[in-house]
Amino acid sequence: MTLPALGWQGLVVLATFGISLLIATYCTYAERVIAAFLQDRVGPDRAGPFGLLQPLADAVKLFTKEEFFPAGANRALFVFGPCLAMVTALMSSAVIPFGNFLQFGDTIIHLQGIEINVGMLYVFGIVSLGVYGIMIGGWASNNKFSLLGAIRAASQNISYEIAMGLALIAVLMMSGTLSLREITLQQSVAGEWHFWNIAKQPLGFIIFIVCAFAETNRTPFDLPECETELIGGYHTEYSSMKMGLYLFAEYINVFVASAVMSVLYFGGFNFPFQYELRDWLVSSRGLELVTAQNIITILGLVGLFAKIFGFIFFFMWVRWTLPRFRYDQLMRLGWTILIPLAIFNIMLTGGLITFGVIK
Amino acid sequence: MSPLFLFLSFVALLSALGVVLAKNPVHSVLFLILTFFTLSGHYLLLNAQFLAAVNIIVYAGAIMVLFLFVIMFLNLNEETEPHKPALAKIAAAIAGGSLLLILVAALRNVSPAGYDAASFDSQIGMVDRLGLVLFKEYALPFELASILLLAAMVGSVMLGKRETGERNF
Repeated sequence: MTLPALGWQGLVVLATFGISLLIATYCTYAERVIAAFLQDRVGPDRAGPFGLLQPLADAVKLFTKEEFFPAGANRALFVFGPCLAMVTALMSSAVIPFGNFLQFGDTIIHLQGIEINVGMLYVFGIVSLGVYGIMIGGWASNNKFSLLGAIRAASQNISYEIAMGLALIAVLMMSGTLSLREITLQQSVAGEWHFWNIAKQPLGFIIFIVCAFAETNRTPFDLPECETELIGGYHTEYSSMKMGLYLFAEYINVFVASAVMSVLYFGGFNFPFQYELRDWLVSSRGLELVTAQNIITILGLVGLFAKIFGFIFFFMWVRWTLPRFRYDQLMRLGWTILIPLAIFNIMLTGGLITFGVIK
Repeated sequence: MSPLFLFLSFVALLSALGVVLAKNPVHSVLFLILTFFTLSGHYLLLNAQFLAAVNIIVYAGAIMVLFLFVIMFLNLNEETEPHKPALAKIAAAIAGGSLLLILVAALRNVSPAGYDAASFDSQIGMVDRLGLVLFKEYALPFELASILLLAAMVGSVMLGKRETGERNF
Protein backbone atom coordinates (compact mmCIF):
# COMPACT_ATOMS: atom_id res chain seq x y z
CA MET A 1 0.00 0.00 0.00
CA THR A 2 1.39 3.39 -0.96
CA LEU A 3 1.43 6.28 1.44
CA PRO A 4 -1.41 8.33 -0.14
CA ALA A 5 -3.74 5.34 0.14
CA LEU A 6 -2.68 4.87 3.74
CA GLY A 7 -3.45 8.54 4.32
CA TRP A 8 -6.95 8.08 2.95
CA GLN A 9 -7.41 5.04 5.16
CA GLY A 10 -6.34 7.13 8.13
CA LEU A 11 -9.04 9.64 7.24
CA VAL A 12 -11.58 6.82 7.17
CA VAL A 13 -10.47 5.74 10.66
CA LEU A 14 -10.81 9.32 11.91
CA ALA A 15 -14.23 9.64 10.29
CA THR A 16 -15.38 6.38 11.91
CA PHE A 17 -14.20 7.68 15.27
CA GLY A 18 -15.98 11.01 14.78
CA ILE A 19 -19.19 9.42 13.54
CA SER A 20 -19.29 7.04 16.52
CA LEU A 21 -18.98 9.99 18.89
CA LEU A 22 -21.50 12.11 17.00
CA ILE A 23 -24.08 9.34 16.86
CA ALA A 24 -23.60 8.55 20.55
CA THR A 25 -24.07 12.25 21.36
CA TYR A 26 -27.32 12.45 19.46
CA CYS A 27 -28.45 9.10 20.91
CA THR A 28 -28.90 10.91 24.22
CA TYR A 29 -31.16 13.37 22.41
CA ALA A 30 -32.97 10.64 20.49
CA GLU A 31 -33.55 8.72 23.69
CA ARG A 32 -35.37 11.69 25.22
CA VAL A 33 -37.36 12.46 22.11
CA ILE A 34 -38.43 8.83 21.67
CA ALA A 35 -39.27 8.53 25.38
CA ALA A 36 -41.38 11.68 25.11
CA PHE A 37 -43.06 10.36 21.96
CA LEU A 38 -43.88 6.99 23.54
CA GLN A 39 -45.16 8.58 26.74
CA ASP A 40 -47.08 11.33 24.94
CA ARG A 41 -44.96 14.16 26.34
CA VAL A 42 -43.27 17.12 24.65
CA GLY A 43 -39.65 16.17 25.34
CA PRO A 44 -36.61 18.44 25.09
CA ASP A 45 -37.44 21.60 23.14
CA ARG A 46 -35.69 24.42 25.03
CA ALA A 47 -32.07 24.34 23.82
CA GLY A 48 -31.93 25.32 20.16
CA PRO A 49 -34.44 24.45 17.44
CA PHE A 50 -36.33 21.25 18.39
CA GLY A 51 -34.00 21.02 21.39
CA LEU A 52 -31.15 19.97 19.10
CA LEU A 53 -28.53 21.62 21.30
CA GLN A 54 -29.65 19.53 24.31
CA PRO A 55 -26.60 17.16 24.15
CA LEU A 56 -24.33 20.23 24.25
CA ALA A 57 -26.16 21.58 27.28
CA ASP A 58 -25.83 18.16 28.95
CA ALA A 59 -22.10 18.10 28.25
CA VAL A 60 -21.66 21.56 29.79
CA LYS A 61 -23.63 20.44 32.82
CA LEU A 62 -21.57 17.27 33.26
CA PHE A 63 -18.24 19.05 32.80
CA THR A 64 -19.01 21.77 35.32
CA LYS A 65 -20.30 19.47 38.06
CA GLU A 66 -18.15 18.74 41.08
CA GLU A 67 -15.42 16.17 40.58
CA PHE A 68 -15.90 13.88 43.57
CA PHE A 69 -13.62 11.17 44.92
CA PRO A 70 -15.08 8.95 47.64
CA ALA A 71 -13.01 8.43 50.79
CA GLY A 72 -10.65 5.45 50.56
CA ALA A 73 -11.15 5.11 46.83
CA ASN A 74 -8.28 3.94 44.68
CA ARG A 75 -7.85 7.24 42.83
CA ALA A 76 -5.88 5.97 39.85
CA LEU A 77 -8.23 3.08 39.12
CA PHE A 78 -11.26 5.27 39.87
CA VAL A 79 -10.26 7.45 36.91
CA PHE A 80 -9.04 4.50 34.83
CA GLY A 81 -12.41 2.68 34.96
CA PRO A 82 -14.52 5.13 32.89
CA CYS A 83 -11.59 5.72 30.51
CA LEU A 84 -11.35 1.99 29.85
CA ALA A 85 -15.12 1.75 29.29
CA MET A 86 -14.88 4.54 26.72
CA VAL A 87 -11.77 3.16 24.97
CA THR A 88 -13.18 -0.35 24.59
CA ALA A 89 -16.48 1.04 23.31
CA LEU A 90 -14.75 3.16 20.67
CA MET A 91 -12.28 0.49 19.52
CA SER A 92 -14.84 -1.96 18.19
CA SER A 93 -16.19 0.27 15.40
CA ALA A 94 -12.80 0.15 13.65
CA VAL A 95 -13.48 -3.09 11.76
CA ILE A 96 -17.07 -2.40 10.69
CA PRO A 97 -17.42 -2.06 6.90
CA PHE A 98 -19.56 1.03 6.50
CA GLY A 99 -19.45 0.91 2.73
CA ASN A 100 -17.87 -0.90 -0.19
CA PHE A 101 -15.18 1.21 -1.86
CA LEU A 102 -14.89 4.55 -3.61
CA GLN A 103 -12.62 4.82 -6.62
CA PHE A 104 -11.09 8.06 -7.87
CA GLY A 105 -8.65 7.39 -10.67
CA ASP A 106 -6.16 4.92 -9.22
CA THR A 107 -7.02 5.58 -5.59
CA ILE A 108 -9.35 3.06 -4.00
CA ILE A 109 -10.77 4.00 -0.61
CA HIS A 110 -12.37 1.23 1.40
CA LEU A 111 -15.02 2.68 3.70
CA GLN A 112 -13.81 0.57 6.60
CA GLY A 113 -11.27 1.48 9.26
CA ILE A 114 -9.18 -1.67 9.12
CA GLU A 115 -9.81 -4.88 7.22
CA ILE A 116 -8.54 -7.91 9.12
CA ASN A 117 -9.47 -11.47 8.41
CA VAL A 118 -10.50 -12.08 12.04
CA GLY A 119 -12.79 -9.01 12.16
CA MET A 120 -15.61 -10.70 14.06
CA LEU A 121 -13.24 -12.14 16.64
CA TYR A 122 -11.76 -8.66 17.07
CA VAL A 123 -15.20 -7.23 17.87
CA PHE A 124 -15.82 -10.12 20.23
CA GLY A 125 -12.50 -9.62 22.01
CA ILE A 126 -13.12 -5.91 22.50
CA VAL A 127 -16.65 -6.58 23.80
CA SER A 128 -15.27 -9.07 26.31
CA LEU A 129 -12.87 -6.37 27.55
CA GLY A 130 -15.74 -3.95 28.18
CA VAL A 131 -16.35 -5.76 31.45
CA TYR A 132 -13.13 -4.38 32.92
CA GLY A 133 -14.24 -0.75 32.81
CA ILE A 134 -17.28 -1.69 34.89
CA MET A 135 -15.45 -3.98 37.32
CA ILE A 136 -12.54 -1.63 37.93
CA GLY A 137 -14.85 1.35 38.42
CA GLY A 138 -17.04 -0.56 40.84
CA TRP A 139 -14.15 -1.90 42.85
CA ALA A 140 -12.16 1.34 43.00
CA SER A 141 -15.16 3.23 44.45
CA ASN A 142 -14.57 1.53 47.82
CA ASN A 143 -18.30 1.04 48.25
CA LYS A 144 -19.98 -2.32 48.90
CA PHE A 145 -22.94 -1.49 46.70
CA SER A 146 -20.73 -0.40 43.83
CA LEU A 147 -18.74 -3.64 44.11
CA LEU A 148 -21.91 -5.74 44.17
CA GLY A 149 -23.22 -3.78 41.19
CA ALA A 150 -19.99 -4.34 39.30
CA ILE A 151 -20.02 -8.07 39.99
CA ARG A 152 -23.67 -8.23 38.94
CA ALA A 153 -22.89 -6.42 35.69
CA ALA A 154 -19.84 -8.53 34.95
CA SER A 155 -21.68 -11.83 35.51
CA GLN A 156 -24.44 -10.66 33.21
CA ASN A 157 -22.02 -9.68 30.45
CA ILE A 158 -20.01 -12.88 30.67
CA SER A 159 -23.13 -15.07 30.68
CA TYR A 160 -24.62 -13.46 27.61
CA GLU A 161 -21.31 -13.46 25.75
CA ILE A 162 -21.51 -17.26 25.57
CA ALA A 163 -24.94 -17.35 23.93
CA MET A 164 -23.88 -14.49 21.64
CA GLY A 165 -20.79 -16.39 20.50
CA LEU A 166 -22.81 -19.54 19.88
CA ALA A 167 -25.38 -17.61 17.83
CA LEU A 168 -22.51 -16.17 15.86
CA ILE A 169 -21.03 -19.61 15.11
CA ALA A 170 -24.12 -20.46 13.04
CA VAL A 171 -23.49 -17.40 10.85
CA LEU A 172 -19.82 -18.28 10.51
CA MET A 173 -20.72 -21.83 9.49
CA MET A 174 -22.55 -20.40 6.49
CA SER A 175 -20.07 -17.68 5.61
CA GLY A 176 -16.85 -19.62 6.19
CA THR A 177 -15.00 -16.43 7.04
CA LEU A 178 -14.56 -14.15 10.04
CA SER A 179 -14.04 -11.01 7.98
CA LEU A 180 -17.01 -8.66 8.31
CA ARG A 181 -16.41 -7.33 4.79
CA GLU A 182 -16.52 -10.83 3.32
CA ILE A 183 -19.68 -11.65 5.27
CA THR A 184 -21.30 -8.49 3.87
CA LEU A 185 -20.26 -9.18 0.29
CA GLN A 186 -21.56 -12.75 0.48
CA GLN A 187 -25.04 -11.49 1.29
CA SER A 188 -25.54 -10.07 -2.17
CA VAL A 189 -24.35 -11.64 -5.42
CA ALA A 190 -24.81 -10.00 -8.79
CA GLY A 191 -27.38 -11.59 -11.08
CA GLU A 192 -28.60 -14.04 -8.49
CA TRP A 193 -31.64 -14.20 -6.22
CA HIS A 194 -29.90 -13.83 -2.87
CA PHE A 195 -31.21 -13.37 0.65
CA TRP A 196 -29.67 -11.58 3.61
CA ASN A 197 -28.63 -13.74 6.52
CA ILE A 198 -31.77 -12.87 8.47
CA ALA A 199 -33.74 -15.14 6.13
CA LYS A 200 -31.40 -18.05 6.84
CA GLN A 201 -30.79 -17.38 10.52
CA PRO A 202 -34.01 -16.06 12.10
CA LEU A 203 -33.48 -17.96 15.36
CA GLY A 204 -29.82 -16.96 15.53
CA PHE A 205 -30.77 -13.34 15.02
CA ILE A 206 -33.29 -13.40 17.85
CA ILE A 207 -30.69 -14.91 20.18
CA PHE A 208 -28.12 -12.38 19.01
CA ILE A 209 -30.34 -9.34 19.53
CA VAL A 210 -31.39 -10.48 23.01
CA CYS A 211 -27.72 -10.92 23.90
CA ALA A 212 -26.90 -7.53 22.39
CA PHE A 213 -29.44 -5.93 24.72
CA ALA A 214 -27.80 -7.67 27.68
CA GLU A 215 -24.26 -6.80 26.55
CA THR A 216 -25.05 -3.11 26.18
CA ASN A 217 -26.86 -3.06 29.55
CA ARG A 218 -30.09 -1.79 28.04
CA THR A 219 -33.60 -2.37 29.37
CA PRO A 220 -35.01 -5.00 29.90
CA PHE A 221 -31.52 -6.14 31.01
CA ASP A 222 -30.27 -2.93 32.62
CA LEU A 223 -29.64 -4.63 35.96
CA PRO A 224 -26.11 -3.18 36.12
CA GLU A 225 -27.46 0.30 36.75
CA CYS A 226 -31.23 0.18 37.38
CA GLU A 227 -31.29 3.31 39.50
CA THR A 228 -34.86 2.94 40.72
CA GLU A 229 -34.44 -0.40 42.49
CA LEU A 230 -30.79 -1.17 43.07
CA ILE A 231 -29.29 2.32 43.49
CA GLY A 232 -26.89 3.11 40.65
CA GLY A 233 -24.93 -0.14 40.44
CA TYR A 234 -21.26 0.18 39.60
CA HIS A 235 -21.35 3.96 39.04
CA THR A 236 -23.05 4.89 42.33
CA GLU A 237 -20.02 6.91 43.46
CA TYR A 238 -19.35 8.56 40.14
CA SER A 239 -20.16 12.17 39.40
CA SER A 240 -19.37 14.76 36.75
CA MET A 241 -17.87 13.71 33.41
CA LYS A 242 -16.61 10.35 34.70
CA MET A 243 -20.25 9.37 35.15
CA GLY A 244 -20.90 10.91 31.74
CA LEU A 245 -18.23 8.73 30.15
CA TYR A 246 -19.89 5.55 31.46
CA LEU A 247 -23.27 6.64 30.09
CA PHE A 248 -21.67 7.76 26.84
CA ALA A 249 -19.87 4.42 26.43
CA GLU A 250 -23.27 2.71 26.67
CA TYR A 251 -24.58 4.69 23.71
CA ILE A 252 -21.47 3.94 21.66
CA ASN A 253 -21.99 0.26 22.47
CA VAL A 254 -25.58 0.53 21.27
CA PHE A 255 -24.33 2.05 18.01
CA VAL A 256 -21.70 -0.65 17.52
CA ALA A 257 -24.14 -3.44 18.38
CA SER A 258 -26.62 -2.01 15.85
CA ALA A 259 -23.90 -1.82 13.22
CA VAL A 260 -22.73 -5.40 13.87
CA MET A 261 -26.31 -6.70 13.66
CA SER A 262 -26.90 -4.81 10.40
CA VAL A 263 -23.70 -6.23 8.93
CA LEU A 264 -24.18 -9.82 10.11
CA TYR A 265 -27.89 -10.29 9.49
CA PHE A 266 -29.23 -7.41 7.40
CA GLY A 267 -26.82 -7.31 4.51
CA GLY A 268 -24.56 -4.49 5.72
CA PHE A 269 -24.08 -1.96 2.94
CA ASN A 270 -26.04 -4.01 0.40
CA PHE A 271 -29.47 -2.92 -0.66
CA PRO A 272 -31.99 -4.64 -2.98
CA PHE A 273 -31.48 -4.28 -6.73
CA GLN A 274 -28.13 -2.51 -6.37
CA TYR A 275 -26.56 -4.30 -9.34
CA GLU A 276 -29.61 -3.61 -11.50
CA LEU A 277 -29.43 0.05 -10.50
CA ARG A 278 -25.72 0.17 -11.34
CA ASP A 279 -26.26 -1.42 -14.74
CA TRP A 280 -29.17 0.94 -15.39
CA LEU A 281 -26.99 3.96 -14.53
CA VAL A 282 -24.36 2.71 -16.96
CA SER A 283 -26.65 1.73 -19.83
CA SER A 284 -29.43 4.34 -19.67
CA ARG A 285 -27.70 7.32 -18.06
CA GLY A 286 -24.41 6.87 -19.85
CA LEU A 287 -22.29 7.04 -16.70
CA GLU A 288 -18.92 5.33 -16.44
CA LEU A 289 -18.83 2.08 -14.51
CA VAL A 290 -16.55 3.63 -11.85
CA THR A 291 -18.90 6.56 -11.26
CA ALA A 292 -21.92 4.28 -11.11
CA GLN A 293 -20.09 2.06 -8.60
CA ASN A 294 -19.28 5.11 -6.46
CA ILE A 295 -22.94 6.16 -6.47
CA ILE A 296 -23.97 2.65 -5.41
CA THR A 297 -21.35 2.72 -2.63
CA ILE A 298 -22.66 6.01 -1.28
CA LEU A 299 -26.26 4.78 -1.46
CA GLY A 300 -25.12 1.63 0.37
CA LEU A 301 -23.47 3.76 3.04
CA VAL A 302 -26.72 5.67 3.51
CA GLY A 303 -28.60 2.36 3.56
CA LEU A 304 -26.36 0.90 6.25
CA PHE A 305 -26.84 3.97 8.41
CA ALA A 306 -30.60 3.72 7.90
CA LYS A 307 -30.44 0.14 9.17
CA ILE A 308 -28.27 1.21 12.11
CA PHE A 309 -30.68 4.01 13.04
CA GLY A 310 -33.54 1.54 12.77
CA PHE A 311 -31.84 -0.72 15.30
CA ILE A 312 -31.02 2.20 17.60
CA PHE A 313 -34.70 3.19 17.49
CA PHE A 314 -35.60 -0.41 18.32
CA PHE A 315 -33.24 -0.34 21.33
CA MET A 316 -34.98 2.80 22.62
CA TRP A 317 -38.47 1.59 21.77
CA VAL A 318 -37.88 -1.53 23.87
CA ARG A 319 -36.43 0.53 26.70
CA TRP A 320 -39.60 2.57 27.06
CA THR A 321 -41.94 -0.37 26.55
CA LEU A 322 -40.73 -3.38 28.53
CA PRO A 323 -40.24 -3.61 32.30
CA ARG A 324 -36.96 -4.78 33.78
CA PHE A 325 -36.15 -8.44 34.38
CA ARG A 326 -35.40 -9.74 37.85
CA TYR A 327 -31.80 -10.90 38.26
CA ASP A 328 -32.59 -14.61 38.63
CA GLN A 329 -34.88 -14.42 35.60
CA LEU A 330 -32.08 -12.79 33.65
CA MET A 331 -29.59 -15.52 34.53
CA ARG A 332 -32.13 -18.27 33.86
CA LEU A 333 -32.94 -16.81 30.45
CA GLY A 334 -29.26 -16.63 29.57
CA TRP A 335 -28.10 -20.02 30.76
CA THR A 336 -31.08 -22.36 30.48
CA ILE A 337 -32.91 -20.93 27.47
CA LEU A 338 -30.60 -18.97 25.18
CA ILE A 339 -27.55 -21.26 25.35
CA PRO A 340 -29.48 -24.51 24.61
CA LEU A 341 -31.39 -22.65 21.87
CA ALA A 342 -28.13 -21.43 20.37
CA ILE A 343 -26.65 -24.96 20.40
CA PHE A 344 -29.84 -26.23 18.76
CA ASN A 345 -29.48 -23.48 16.16
CA ILE A 346 -25.92 -24.60 15.40
CA MET A 347 -27.12 -28.21 14.89
CA LEU A 348 -30.03 -27.02 12.74
CA THR A 349 -27.73 -24.89 10.60
CA GLY A 350 -25.28 -27.78 10.26
CA GLY A 351 -28.10 -30.06 9.13
CA LEU A 352 -29.47 -27.55 6.64
CA ILE A 353 -26.01 -26.93 5.19
CA THR A 354 -25.36 -30.67 4.92
CA PHE A 355 -28.60 -31.25 3.04
CA GLY A 356 -27.96 -28.23 0.83
CA VAL A 357 -31.02 -26.22 1.91
CA ILE A 358 -28.90 -23.16 2.68
CA LYS A 359 -25.32 -22.40 1.88
CA MET B 1 14.81 -6.32 15.72
CA SER B 2 12.11 -3.82 14.96
CA PRO B 3 11.41 -0.93 17.34
CA LEU B 4 7.88 -2.26 17.81
CA PHE B 5 9.23 -5.61 18.96
CA LEU B 6 11.59 -3.92 21.40
CA PHE B 7 8.81 -1.70 22.74
CA LEU B 8 6.42 -4.64 23.18
CA SER B 9 9.09 -6.71 24.90
CA PHE B 10 9.95 -3.80 27.20
CA VAL B 11 6.29 -3.36 28.20
CA ALA B 12 5.87 -7.12 28.57
CA LEU B 13 8.82 -7.42 30.93
CA LEU B 14 7.82 -4.33 32.87
CA SER B 15 4.23 -5.47 33.35
CA ALA B 16 5.34 -9.01 34.20
CA LEU B 17 7.55 -7.53 36.91
CA GLY B 18 4.56 -5.46 38.00
CA VAL B 19 2.53 -8.65 38.49
CA VAL B 20 5.08 -9.97 40.97
CA LEU B 21 6.01 -6.74 42.68
CA ALA B 22 2.63 -5.00 43.06
CA LYS B 23 1.45 -4.93 46.68
CA ASN B 24 -2.20 -4.78 45.73
CA PRO B 25 -3.55 -8.05 44.21
CA VAL B 26 -5.97 -6.15 41.96
CA HIS B 27 -3.04 -4.23 40.50
CA SER B 28 -1.27 -7.55 39.94
CA VAL B 29 -4.22 -8.84 37.94
CA LEU B 30 -4.35 -5.67 35.85
CA PHE B 31 -0.61 -5.95 35.13
CA LEU B 32 -1.17 -9.57 34.10
CA ILE B 33 -3.86 -8.43 31.65
CA LEU B 34 -1.40 -5.91 30.22
CA THR B 35 1.13 -8.73 29.85
CA PHE B 36 -1.40 -10.75 27.85
CA PHE B 37 -1.94 -7.73 25.61
CA THR B 38 1.75 -7.42 24.86
CA LEU B 39 1.88 -11.15 24.12
CA SER B 40 -1.00 -10.66 21.67
CA GLY B 41 1.04 -7.87 20.12
CA HIS B 42 3.90 -10.32 19.64
CA TYR B 43 1.51 -12.78 17.96
CA LEU B 44 0.44 -9.98 15.62
CA LEU B 45 4.07 -9.27 14.77
CA LEU B 46 4.36 -12.97 13.87
CA ASN B 47 1.32 -12.53 11.58
CA ALA B 48 -0.81 -14.83 13.73
CA GLN B 49 -4.00 -12.76 13.88
CA PHE B 50 -6.24 -15.60 15.02
CA LEU B 51 -3.98 -16.51 17.94
CA ALA B 52 -3.79 -12.86 18.98
CA ALA B 53 -7.57 -12.43 18.97
CA VAL B 54 -8.21 -15.70 20.79
CA ASN B 55 -5.54 -14.88 23.36
CA ILE B 56 -7.40 -11.65 24.14
CA ILE B 57 -10.84 -13.29 24.22
CA VAL B 58 -9.91 -16.33 26.31
CA TYR B 59 -7.19 -15.06 28.63
CA ALA B 60 -7.74 -11.32 28.96
CA GLY B 61 -11.51 -11.46 28.42
CA ALA B 62 -12.61 -14.53 30.34
CA ILE B 63 -10.01 -16.06 32.64
CA MET B 64 -8.71 -12.78 34.05
CA VAL B 65 -12.28 -11.64 34.76
CA LEU B 66 -12.65 -14.72 36.96
CA PHE B 67 -9.34 -13.90 38.69
CA LEU B 68 -10.60 -10.37 39.29
CA PHE B 69 -13.92 -11.72 40.61
CA VAL B 70 -12.27 -13.93 43.17
CA ILE B 71 -9.79 -11.30 44.31
CA MET B 72 -12.49 -8.65 44.66
CA PHE B 73 -14.68 -11.01 46.66
CA LEU B 74 -11.85 -12.07 48.95
CA ASN B 75 -11.20 -8.40 49.68
CA LEU B 76 -7.42 -8.84 49.73
CA ASN B 77 -5.66 -5.65 50.70
CA GLU B 78 -2.15 -4.53 51.47
CA GLU B 79 -3.06 -4.60 55.18
CA THR B 80 -4.52 -8.11 55.22
CA GLU B 81 -1.77 -9.66 53.11
CA PRO B 82 -0.18 -12.45 55.17
CA HIS B 83 3.58 -12.16 55.63
CA LYS B 84 5.50 -15.28 54.78
CA PRO B 85 8.40 -16.33 57.00
CA ALA B 86 11.86 -15.16 55.90
CA LEU B 87 13.02 -18.72 55.21
CA ALA B 88 10.22 -19.28 52.69
CA LYS B 89 11.05 -16.01 50.96
CA ILE B 90 14.73 -16.91 50.68
CA ALA B 91 13.93 -20.41 49.42
CA ALA B 92 11.52 -19.02 46.82
CA ALA B 93 14.09 -16.46 45.69
CA ILE B 94 16.80 -19.13 45.29
CA ALA B 95 14.48 -21.53 43.43
CA GLY B 96 13.19 -18.81 41.08
CA GLY B 97 16.67 -17.40 40.55
CA SER B 98 18.16 -20.75 39.60
CA LEU B 99 15.31 -21.37 37.15
CA LEU B 100 16.02 -17.98 35.56
CA LEU B 101 19.76 -18.82 35.43
CA ILE B 102 19.13 -22.16 33.72
CA LEU B 103 16.70 -20.63 31.21
CA VAL B 104 19.08 -17.82 30.33
CA ALA B 105 22.03 -20.24 30.08
CA ALA B 106 20.05 -22.62 27.89
CA LEU B 107 18.71 -19.97 25.52
CA ARG B 108 21.76 -17.69 25.41
CA ASN B 109 23.27 -18.95 22.16
CA VAL B 110 20.11 -20.05 20.41
CA SER B 111 19.61 -18.75 16.91
CA PRO B 112 16.31 -19.17 15.05
CA ALA B 113 16.71 -22.23 12.86
CA GLY B 114 14.62 -24.18 10.40
CA TYR B 115 13.09 -21.35 8.46
CA ASP B 116 13.98 -20.25 5.01
CA ALA B 117 13.15 -16.68 4.07
CA ALA B 118 12.58 -17.64 0.44
CA SER B 119 10.08 -20.44 1.00
CA PHE B 120 8.50 -19.10 4.21
CA ASP B 121 4.71 -18.89 4.01
CA SER B 122 3.62 -15.63 5.62
CA GLN B 123 -0.04 -16.72 5.65
CA ILE B 124 0.62 -19.66 7.97
CA GLY B 125 -0.97 -18.00 11.01
CA MET B 126 -4.20 -17.02 9.26
CA VAL B 127 -7.43 -18.51 10.50
CA ASP B 128 -8.26 -20.49 7.32
CA ARG B 129 -4.87 -22.23 7.31
CA LEU B 130 -5.21 -23.02 11.00
CA GLY B 131 -8.70 -24.45 10.39
CA LEU B 132 -7.43 -26.70 7.62
CA VAL B 133 -4.66 -28.08 9.82
CA LEU B 134 -6.97 -28.56 12.81
CA PHE B 135 -9.69 -30.33 10.85
CA LYS B 136 -7.41 -32.42 8.63
CA GLU B 137 -4.46 -33.48 10.73
CA TYR B 138 -5.78 -33.07 14.25
CA ALA B 139 -9.51 -33.72 13.75
CA LEU B 140 -9.85 -36.26 16.58
CA PRO B 141 -8.09 -34.28 19.35
CA PHE B 142 -9.90 -31.14 18.20
CA GLU B 143 -13.31 -32.80 18.39
CA LEU B 144 -12.50 -34.40 21.73
CA ALA B 145 -11.52 -31.02 23.17
CA SER B 146 -14.71 -29.45 21.85
CA ILE B 147 -16.81 -32.21 23.42
CA LEU B 148 -15.02 -31.62 26.71
CA LEU B 149 -15.81 -27.90 26.59
CA LEU B 150 -19.43 -28.54 25.60
CA ALA B 151 -19.81 -31.01 28.47
CA ALA B 152 -18.44 -28.40 30.89
CA MET B 153 -20.93 -25.84 29.61
CA VAL B 154 -23.89 -28.23 29.80
CA GLY B 155 -22.74 -29.20 33.30
CA SER B 156 -22.76 -25.58 34.44
CA VAL B 157 -26.28 -25.12 33.05
CA MET B 158 -27.40 -28.27 34.88
CA LEU B 159 -25.92 -26.97 38.15
CA GLY B 160 -27.77 -23.69 37.67
CA LYS B 161 -31.12 -25.29 36.92
CA ARG B 162 -33.77 -24.88 39.57
CA GLU B 163 -34.74 -28.14 41.26
CA THR B 164 -38.36 -29.03 41.91
CA GLY B 165 -39.64 -27.62 45.16
CA GLU B 166 -36.91 -24.99 45.40
CA ARG B 167 -37.99 -21.60 46.71
CA ASN B 168 -38.90 -19.18 43.95
CA PHE B 169 -37.84 -15.95 45.71
